[in-house]
Amino acid sequence: MTTITRAGHYGFRQVAGMEWIKLRSLRSTWLTLALTFAAAVGIGAAVGANTKGVSNHPDLTNNVLGGIAPGLLLTGALGVLCMTSEYTSGMIRASLAAAPNRPLLLAAKAAMFGAVALTIGEVASFTAFLAGTHTLPGRISAPTLGQPGVLRAVLMGGAAYCLIGLLGLGLGAVIRHSAAALGVLVGGVYVAAQFVAVTAHQVQAFVPVLIVGNSLSTTKQLEGTLSPWAGLGVLSLYAGVALGLGGWLLVRRDA
Amino acid sequence: MGGAVIAIRGLTKCYGATVAVDKLSFDVRPGVVTGFLGPNGSGKSTTMRIMLGLDRPDAGLARINGHRYGELRWPLHEVGALLEAKAFHPGRRARTHLTALAASNAIPQRRVDEVLEMVGLAGVAQRRAGGFSLGMAQRLGIAAALLGDPAVLLLDEPVNGLDPQGIRWIRELLKTLAAQGRIVFVSSHLISEMALMAEHLVVIGGGRLLADASVEHIAADANSLEEAFFEMTSGTTEYPDHKAKQR
Repeated sequence: MTTITRAGHYGFRQVAGMEWIKLRSLRSTWLTLALTFAAAVGIGAAVGANTKGVSNHPDLTNNVLGGIAPGLLLTGALGVLCMTSEYTSGMIRASLAAAPNRPLLLAAKAAMFGAVALTIGEVASFTAFLAGTHTLPGRISAPTLGQPGVLRAVLMGGAAYCLIGLLGLGLGAVIRHSAAALGVLVGGVYVAAQFVAVTAHQVQAFVPVLIVGNSLSTTKQLEGTLSPWAGLGVLSLYAGVALGLGGWLLVRRDA
Repeated sequence: MGGAVIAIRGLTKCYGATVAVDKLSFDVRPGVVTGFLGPNGSGKSTTMRIMLGLDRPDAGLARINGHRYGELRWPLHEVGALLEAKAFHPGRRARTHLTALAASNAIPQRRVDEVLEMVGLAGVAQRRAGGFSLGMAQRLGIAAALLGDPAVLLLDEPVNGLDPQGIRWIRELLKTLAAQGRIVFVSSHLISEMALMAEHLVVIGGGRLLADASVEHIAADANSLEEAFFEMTSGTTEYPDHKAKQR
């Protein structure tokens, strides 16, 4: 039997270790991330190959990053399930018995998931850019990472995966039921975008998926959209609010 | 360690208008298996969830060696718990499930393999836990509880789903662990099993304490422990609707 003479106490490093093992040990994690990657790269390559002329839409970087927005849904869903699967399986009670500090548990989970989503997102965004610019017909001059705003657009496109993923994780912590949380994510990120696009132009700039498409992954800002950094800030705010609310409820509610 | 003790004082938990646990007070001491006996819906699981800091009591307190569960420095080294059989992700391999939990409390991988051996799951450790029978799931839960070699074990209905060999195995295991000087607190609604496993009993009904005494002492006034139990719990077994809310 262990006599409790062990120094210190469990902390972020240990709990993050647990969360990393949990995340990497599920096939669904890798399958989802692979699909996310494939969507970004596949659509990027297809958009590049099908580009006819550049006269009326000069932002080729934005075009070849067009696969990011649809693939984001998967990363967001993975974020949701990362949290709600703890509740559907009952694992949450084992997790909390091992690490009763609830904000610490959520922070560790968010850090691990965020890091994985960011890594895969950046790889996907860069690969999509390379694929899309390589498949452009020869007569069109392809954008390069050295041109103004291009590297920034590609980097921010990759970061979008992380932020939408964390938004999903936060929603999962707030709602706790997979189906309901996925519904809110899809509704909030995608369906609302369609609705808002036709009804309320003034708030259109604040819709998550449109921030990704019109603010983050662009080199030329369009009228009525947020600037790239403002877009990144708003998206971070959404993720932060969802995680904060999730953490607050996690502490208050019975597990 | 010798002084390890669980103290429950005035513990009360309501779900809406229904009182699930009602001013419950008792101690659990090391060295013998203590049974936590009560009919279904009598508040056993709620009490154990509060002991583990999962549910917040409306009044009263639960202390393990003088601490709230949330204050423990290395929880798995101090308390091992089995709350429900399938508290794992079905897609994760049994060994990985334990490795993840072990990581949270800096428990080495070799201990994971040791507990898998102890509970007889070493041969199926690489299988996804979702395919486990209820009996195997219980064993995995017990392995998780033993990970940190804790001085306190809290087990909610550990014999559920086990076959007769499994039941005998866990009975002997828990007696051995208690004899080593640990606190072993085991809930059950199976009187006959408690009669075989436990030396001391805490009996509750309708969320209230009905008895806190040795098995011998409780059975002495009646012909059997079973009769004593029915006498004690008569009038507490009506089923209010709070059962559904206990998850």
